Amino acid sequence: MNLENPSPNGRQQILEAEGLVMQFGGLRAVNNFNLSLYPHDLQGLIGPNGAGKTTVFNMITGVYNPTAGQINLLEEDITGLQPYEINQLGIARTFQNIRLFPNLTVLDNVRIAYHTHAGYGMFDGILQNKHFGAKEKELTQRTQEFLNVFNLQDRQGEIAKNLPYGEQRRLEIARALASNPKVLLLDEPAAGMNPQESFHLMDLIHFIRERFDLTILLIEHQMRVVMGICETITVMDFGEIIARGTPKEIQTNEKVIEAYLGPGAAALSEKFRRKKENQ
Amino acid sequence: MKKIPRDKLIFFGGALLIFAVVQILISTGILNDFWSTIIRLGAVYAIASLGLNLIYGFNGQFSLGQWGFYAIGAYTAADVTYRWTNQGSALGMVVILSVVLFSGLAILLLRKLLSRIRGLDALSAFAIYFIAVLGMSIAGIYLGVMITPAVNGLLSALPANVAMTIVYLISILLGGLVAAEISFLFGLPVLTLGSDYFGIATLGLTIIVKVLLDNSDTLLGFEEMKGARGMIGIPKVSTWFWAFLFLFLVVLIMRNLLHSSYGRAIVSVREDEIAAKAMGIDVGNYKTLAFVLGSMFAGVGGAIYAHINGFLHPNTFNFIKSFDPMIIIVLGGLGSMTGTLVTSFVWIIVLEGLLRIYLPNGFETWRYVAYPIILLLVMLLRPKGLFGDYELPYLRQVLPPMYASHKPIVPENLIEIETLPEESLSPSSPTKASGSQEATK
Repeated sequence: MNLENPSPNGRQQILEAEGLVMQFGGLRAVNNFNLSLYPHDLQGLIGPNGAGKTTVFNMITGVYNPTAGQINLLEEDITGLQPYEINQLGIARTFQNIRLFPNLTVLDNVRIAYHTHAGYGMFDGILQNKHFGAKEKELTQRTQEFLNVFNLQDRQGEIAKNLPYGEQRRLEIARALASNPKVLLLDEPAAGMNPQESFHLMDLIHFIRERFDLTILLIEHQMRVVMGICETITVMDFGEIIARGTPKEIQTNEKVIEAYLGPGAAALSEKFRRKKENQ
Repeated sequence: MKKIPRDKLIFFGGALLIFAVVQILISTGILNDFWSTIIRLGAVYAIASLGLNLIYGFNGQFSLGQWGFYAIGAYTAADVTYRWTNQGSALGMVVILSVVLFSGLAILLLRKLLSRIRGLDALSAFAIYFIAVLGMSIAGIYLGVMITPAVNGLLSALPANVAMTIVYLISILLGGLVAAEISFLFGLPVLTLGSDYFGIATLGLTIIVKVLLDNSDTLLGFEEMKGARGMIGIPKVSTWFWAFLFLFLVVLIMRNLLHSSYGRAIVSVREDEIAAKAMGIDVGNYKTLAFVLGSMFAGVGGAIYAHINGFLHPNTFNFIKSFDPMIIIVLGGLGSMTGTLVTSFVWIIVLEGLLRIYLPNGFETWRYVAYPIILLLVMLLRPKGLFGDYELPYLRQVLPPMYASHKPIVPENLIEIETLPEESLSPSSPTKASGSQEATK
């Protein structure tokens, strides 16, 4: 199995993780994790529950400081930086269990993420001078565009916690985009969505990648979504990478099947496949 | 000429009206000295409580240190004006001003420098700041003592009441700034604590301040503060005009700040710290900002308070009293400026005014039974406070109109995909792996 990433035409890597290790006391949650993202990639990260996928996200976004290893964003070392610094350098994320600002309006949720690009100082804000007025209007305009993209434009005054689940998910992605990232990490964006909503989401992910020129890494349990949109998939189990490849390669990979279904499952599924082919 | 929005007009007009009515009542003697004191005290409480609301209601940091900063502001300002009126010397003002400016400058410079250092822990940062502020303070004291005679001459050349007003205003500013700088230093290590622990630590600050003030003449060496005997002889220059003006300024500053991107960043910390960090908000920075600003308001409030009665006693700044602003903001509604404003005045007028007068002799202590019961009832019946998150129209956030084109920008192929049969999207899976994997979830 090819554990190396395809490196298309020597393009510059946008995000690179080398030998990441995360040790929680006696538990090695992630061991020797490698990842290369090239601009405009759409990669998936899958694995059974507890495989360490979210831990990888938390290391990349600075929530955890890796025990060993290095993370580079555009060939700049970002290991051990604070989460807000990493966000400002261009990595945005969403959360597995939605983390909106629950008591604020939809618009404010997105405007907060745009804060670092506000372009006026605190004293401009306190004095409410002309500069503030112009910049604040520009900021609002920009964030409303994000709401437009996610079809939330009629909801801008709604309190975030009152939104239906699907819209909360979309709002979280909109908010992540408002911080103007180069790399977007989506942690189970389709969790709790019905098939119809998942299709919408897949479309949306493709769309935002084109429109905002993003590189996307996503964790997902819904195989329909992962297999449908990801170009490369990395499979983790017990903190280790067990496979990496295109969706087709992953589906037939023995290690992957056994990780999900238990030992012996690969042989069994191979038998089924033959049987089906013979019919 | 630009048209002034209606809300703004009503708010400013209403404020002017309230000011004028109270001023007329005081001038004509309908409100006697007692009630005029009560009203001014209400304004002072409102300023301090608004500061706490910024810290707790908007930023989510449970702080019991508000009363400590209130005391710091009060004694700082009192010292400045006391020296001017009783000793005819601007020594207090000049020295404190130069110390505050020097250490403020040091703090601002260090912030620029230290922000470049990666992974500097809070205690080392505190040590660096502390040493710098200490050094600058000593330099400030020497410089202040040196230029005091010149300032004395300058001020005595002015008419007495003008000089007094200048000294008074500077003393209020200094009360606020000293509280702000101390809160910055105190907040550096303490703000890294979680919310409850932060509350305990700030309660500690209030107690430290009270004990230091009890011994201000011996431990600190400020003889005019007279320690536990209480400081007398402070000029009573906090008129309703000044109290109201500062309250109005505080309300405006807070309102404008909260309606800007910086205010939203402050509120985001309360809502979800982890999400705020992930969205590029420097959480530590905005906690500090809210804490320093809120404490500065407390200092300003204290400075005005010092000049109402002309008498300060450490017992006024007892830590039991530090719960007053906390109770006021919880009663009024966390995160509601209107609630804080109204509750502050009602609190003072009822507790210090009405009940003190109308309860029969010897029953004053029953006030402290009455108000916990009121608090209990409010918490049971209206858990979000009397005003919830209601705001006056001008203080309320208005939803901006949709500037962007209303037409939703949706991917064009969205409709096509919806109509596609399911099989065409799910990859042909020879092993049925995808199906069985989902089944295990």
